[in-house]
Amino acid sequence: MLELHNLHASIGGKGVLKGIDLTVRAGEAHAIMGPNGSGKSTLSYVLAGRDGYTVTEGTLSFKGRDLMGMLPEERAAAGLFLAFQYPIEIPGVTNMNFLKTSLNAIRKARGQEPLDAVAMLKTLREKAKALGIGEDMLRRSVNVGFSGGEKKRNEALQMSVLEPSLCILDETDSGLDIDALKAVAQGVNAMRSPDRAMIVITHYQRLLDYIKPDVVHVLAHGKIRRTGGPELAKELEAKGYADFAQEG
Amino acid sequence: MTAYDKQDAARLVAGDYKYGFVSAIESDTAPKGLNEETIRFISAKKNEPVWLLDYRLSAYRHWLAMEEPAWAHVQHPPIDYQDSCYYSAPKQKIKPKSLDEVDPELLRTYDKLGIPLREQEVLAGVSPRIAIDAVFDSVSVATTYKKNLEALGIVFCSFSEAAQNHPDLVKKYFGSVVPATDNFFATLNSAVFTDGSFVYIPPGVRCPMELSTYFRINAENTGQFERTLIIADRGAYVSYLEGCTAPKRDENQLHAAVVELIALDDAQIKYSTVQNWYPGDANGKGGIYNFVTKRGACRGARSRISWTQVETGSAITWKYPSCVLSGDESVGEFYSVAVANNCQQADTGTKMIHIGKNTRSTIVSKGISAGRAQNTYRGLVKILRTAKGARNHTQCDSLLIGSSCGAHTVPYIESRQPSARVEHEATTSRVSEDQLFYCQQRGMSPEDAMALIVGGFCREVMQELPMEFAVEAQKLLGISLEGSVG
Repeated sequence: MLELHNLHASIGGKGVLKGIDLTVRAGEAHAIMGPNGSGKSTLSYVLAGRDGYTVTEGTLSFKGRDLMGMLPEERAAAGLFLAFQYPIEIPGVTNMNFLKTSLNAIRKARGQEPLDAVAMLKTLREKAKALGIGEDMLRRSVNVGFSGGEKKRNEALQMSVLEPSLCILDETDSGLDIDALKAVAQGVNAMRSPDRAMIVITHYQRLLDYIKPDVVHVLAHGKIRRTGGPELAKELEAKGYADFAQEG
Repeated sequence: MTAYDKQDAARLVAGDYKYGFVSAIESDTAPKGLNEETIRFISAKKNEPVWLLDYRLSAYRHWLAMEEPAWAHVQHPPIDYQDSCYYSAPKQKIKPKSLDEVDPELLRTYDKLGIPLREQEVLAGVSPRIAIDAVFDSVSVATTYKKNLEALGIVFCSFSEAAQNHPDLVKKYFGSVVPATDNFFATLNSAVFTDGSFVYIPPGVRCPMELSTYFRINAENTGQFERTLIIADRGAYVSYLEGCTAPKRDENQLHAAVVELIALDDAQIKYSTVQNWYPGDANGKGGIYNFVTKRGACRGARSRISWTQVETGSAITWKYPSCVLSGDESVGEFYSVAVANNCQQADTGTKMIHIGKNTRSTIVSKGISAGRAQNTYRGLVKILRTAKGARNHTQCDSLLIGSSCGAHTVPYIESRQPSARVEHEATTSRVSEDQLFYCQQRGMSPEDAMALIVGGFCREVMQELPMEFAVEAQKLLGISLEGSVG
């Protein structure tokens, strides 16, 4: 589903990713772990096509399409979803309206008819209910005044409504207490399926107790330094990232 | 931003003011220039009573000694008042008595603008939602549903007709809110005004439909100087809408209107404007100069006047819809969205003058600037010694798109009454890269994302508009900001 070869990327002329090779297949969940400043968030923005994150070398393809020539919204329409570490506030725009605009934009890009108001409301209510999200949260402005837990749960709701084929979760555990973490993880796990892939980006092993990865990668100094099974995460939990402190 | 985006943005900037067409309609036009002859010509065309001609002439003589105001935060080359026409009317052999006699080309024009001038058959028990007075250049060409309204004692007609058929009402209220000597542009209007709408709602009557005037400038080199007068008698209610468009032209055209509202005891007037005059091209060539004086008088106790405006058009907007709250416990409201894109300049706001006891006013202003535009909120809240217990709340929010535009807030507060409470809040924010990227990651194009974010910013004002208008206004916001992304 996702293939990165020798991916180099920079922000403002400064090289951050220095040759990443990664293959993610449908049905798999990959964890990308690493210390602060290792390039984890940069990787997620490069995949989503954020302005200012420039690919300087290498290739990246998604479902056989070259991501480089695609705008962020085209990548979204192709099924790439990024759950933000810090979800953005949009004052005055109700969550309901945001989800509706978003889903219909993606349906349109996929050549589907927009959902009418009734069908939309029904879909949103069902999805929200499954995540334990109340009606009032749908009527509030997007992420405005939301607690940390509500924001992340809202990301999970967007993901569930848009039904992407690749979900990238950027530090989803940051700012969450254990109950909120469990609730969000439950939402994410409910979406795991043989034709969907997940990339879970995290600093701590804790999240991986709830979202079980098939493969764990360690990213440090802009490169993947080790790849292993779930046991690698446990090892990191015990030893920390000290082994990867040196560039190399 | 990628090259692809830039191209796209350029295309969007170049597009599309879809009301920019010209209708081929033969008109009866006064020669260019402004002098007493011009004024006599207009007055004669309208077959006006002598007192009205005298009123015009004295305004004109006063105007000659006045100077154009220079305090607004706008810039334009000097206006040559002799280089404009002051009267232009579609040629009509006879005055149409019913809609069937109106020039079909005129009806087609309004059709194209999306303004229905054909009355729908009134079904039993279902009343139409909107009645329209259509003003084309200097004259009103049609007014719909007059008969239905007359049955309730409501007068809804062109100002010229009112001067003929309801001279007592006109004489009593005309110029009583905005005197002929009020300000440079209002005085000019008092001398050369041509047509506009007149509304009178009798005591205790709630007007069952929205009343609307649609102003269209068509002729070249012609200014439009409309005059609107709305009176809500004791306990009456009316909701009135105003819309406007003009063809695309390279010259600037002047539009200097005067609107007067009068609310007596317990009466309520809701006045909504969606202003979409041609704004000029992306480089600031052409466009309408919109220099307008709008004022409402809450004369009666517990009366209420609300101004709601969505200002997206015009090269320059200079406009301060105001309320004079002389009735005890009267209420004034001002809800405004002003968009300035490309080279547009907007200097707009309101004045709330508190005179009566326990008068209240609310001001919500949302200014959006994009491109190289300058957007200024200018407001005055004045509380006189007599206004015991007066209250005002003002909220001014500015939204910036891009880095070459400007937003300015100039609030004046004067209070001579110690028991009064005046609150002012102001914010300035920018549409952030984060917000745009977030929306794009959720599948929206930058244009859709911008429309969504701006729509959210304006929500408090938009919900004050009547339903049909709100949908239109929302679309218009999106269109006026096209090309402003990146």
